[in-house]
Amino acid sequence: MFGYAGRVLRIDLTRRVTTTEPYDPEIARRFLGGRGFSAYTLYTEVPTGADPLGPDNKVIVSTGPLSGTLVPGAGKTDITTKSPETGGYASASVGGLLCAELKYAGYDAIIVEGISQSPVYLFIDDDLVELRDASHLWGKGSLTVEEQLKTELGEAFQIASVGPAAENLVSYACITHDFGRQAGRGGVGTVLGAKKLKAIAVRGSKSIPIADVETFRTLSRAMFKACMESDAAEVWQKYGTAGVVSWANEIGALPTRNFQSGFFEKCDSLSGEVMRDSIVVSDKACFACPCPCGKYSHTEKHGVFVEGPEYETTALLGANCAIADIEDVAYANYLCDELGLDTISTGNCVAFAIECFEKGIISSADTGGLELSFGDSAAIFKLIGMIAAREGIGELLASGVKHAAEVLGGKAADLAVQVKGMEMSGYESRSAPAMLLSYMTCDVGAHHNRSWAITYDLEVGRDKISADKAAKVIELQHIRPLFDVLGACRLQWVELGLSLEHYAPVLQALTGQDRSWDDLMRISERVWNLTRSYWIRETAGFGRDWDSPPPRTWKEPVATGPTKGSSVSWEDNQRLLDMYYQQRGWDENGIPTPAKLAELELTDIVG
Amino acid sequence: MQLHADSARCSGCRACQLACSLHLFGENNPKKAALGIIPHFPKPGSFEVTTCTQCGECADVCPADAIHQNERGAYYINSEECTACEACVEVCPEHVIFMHPDHAAPFECDLCGDCVDVCGMRVLWIE
Repeated sequence: MFGYAGRVLRIDLTRRVTTTEPYDPEIARRFLGGRGFSAYTLYTEVPTGADPLGPDNKVIVSTGPLSGTLVPGAGKTDITTKSPETGGYASASVGGLLCAELKYAGYDAIIVEGISQSPVYLFIDDDLVELRDASHLWGKGSLTVEEQLKTELGEAFQIASVGPAAENLVSYACITHDFGRQAGRGGVGTVLGAKKLKAIAVRGSKSIPIADVETFRTLSRAMFKACMESDAAEVWQKYGTAGVVSWANEIGALPTRNFQSGFFEKCDSLSGEVMRDSIVVSDKACFACPCPCGKYSHTEKHGVFVEGPEYETTALLGANCAIADIEDVAYANYLCDELGLDTISTGNCVAFAIECFEKGIISSADTGGLELSFGDSAAIFKLIGMIAAREGIGELLASGVKHAAEVLGGKAADLAVQVKGMEMSGYESRSAPAMLLSYMTCDVGAHHNRSWAITYDLEVGRDKISADKAAKVIELQHIRPLFDVLGACRLQWVELGLSLEHYAPVLQALTGQDRSWDDLMRISERVWNLTRSYWIRETAGFGRDWDSPPPRTWKEPVATGPTKGSSVSWEDNQRLLDMYYQQRGWDENGIPTPAKLAELELTDIVG
Repeated sequence: MQLHADSARCSGCRACQLACSLHLFGENNPKKAALGIIPHFPKPGSFEVTTCTQCGECADVCPADAIHQNERGAYYINSEECTACEACVEVCPEHVIFMHPDHAAPFECDLCGDCVDVCGMRVLWIE
């Protein structure tokens, strides 16, 4: 199959057996690859009701057909599993060079099954696949492990690793790769920790077959040229996602003090410009990206190197915790990377704990004497360590804010900013209803990556509650995650304005298969409905209630800043949901109808 | 003429290596590229780019006289004349003569310039 390595690597950790099987062309036809392949595998291979931390859960590491090819940003790997944090669908995407190397080794995907009796790492060197003892790595930080494996095996190996947080089964442990890229959300790292798979090391030497080399080269060159000539290229390259910090603050969308507000009064010291001037040492790209957003930094104050902080980290561990010093944010970022914690969930959990402390819901008796307040970096660093180790109050926070609020009872639920059990990411949305709807309906929980609709709210009017906002969210939920299916980054389109019209032709030149953009949108819609069906199957009573936004968004208006006083009423968020379900062809409870499933050729899978 | 690189600008994306392999072999494979990208992480956090300086030592050392210059003046290995002794690989001061298991003969930069066209950080130029 042109565009694919043509093989899936299956790892049975219980029996210590590794096998390869052909990549099924019928799965490729229906689901294309990447997140699509992963969703299909999750649904059909992981039994209903599987314990996310048990042997029946699987972790699917999936490249897409574009991965590893000369297409801008062809470096995205999807990692899918049943989430230990939410109990539903988890899919996190990591950049860097992993998917490229995996395809060069001859594998489009890895399916990790079972549980190892003792810590191992997966060694892949083209056709040589081994499960090697990782007892010398267990307990060590992700970054330390990567450095150690590259020293042991060679710089040519691409490494993905989990840290102590995953080993300790913190619900939102991440997977780290290339010294600072993460598959962050939903506990994808936690599942590897439960399976005692400490790391993956891969090196490959093979070529990816291309159907029409000359056409591919011509189309590829045009894509690179368009990126490099974009008006937005210079600023994007200089600041990366950190450039969003000031903008988000100006529009009142920067989460501050546990989402009490969308405006941080000390935001100036966290801006992309301040970050570039004070700590950035180099620009760091993902595979084949001509406009690198990665910023590799060194903080002299704390004496560490870190990739970042990205926008989300500065939002959730910076403004949301009221930390105003970019060097402190960088250090918090480093702690999370080394310990292997998702910075978004961690920042959200830390802020929740601080607000609970300030409001007397927890006290220093609960925190072992640690006084928590917004802006107290030292206490926050300590708390991050306690979460990773599940020590003291860290134990309560290690399962996420939804669980913590249930344990604490009373008013705590009003302070938990989450959807489906996943902590909300970096856009305070009480003045952006389309963005709020995005968070309500995202298929992994309160994450922005599927539909970043906030610019649409700004374009058509922030207060509007209207069908076109639901339509925009649906459109974005098909376009953005398509990139996770293709195995390439979407930011060249989002940030540089690279036309979407490039993608169907270049995919055709690569694979030799004729697919229009509409065909690709159909595949994306199919995957969306499949992952929705997964939640329905796994979660008793799943439906509309699970798409509810956090209480803070309808019970409390924004406290300060340019959007002070805003909120989206319960009636309005439900109206948006009604319009969304109707346009999606789902029933009033948000369940895909049999007609919709048949239209998307999912009936044989979902029933 | 030679391919120059300002390593300080490199962000490690490897697009150059992909463009190179597509030109030299018609294949998408950065392990078949004629320039090197060496990462230095976690510190100091930089990339080193190695390119052919067209010094000609490979041609001087080749016992089979298999290394010639093309129309751009770039040294290249004629794979039919090459005996795969690897003397050129060893003598190259920049370590930019590469080998790959698929091919008996080593390969080196032929100054096609395709890498320059895909380098978003403007690291590379031919002069």
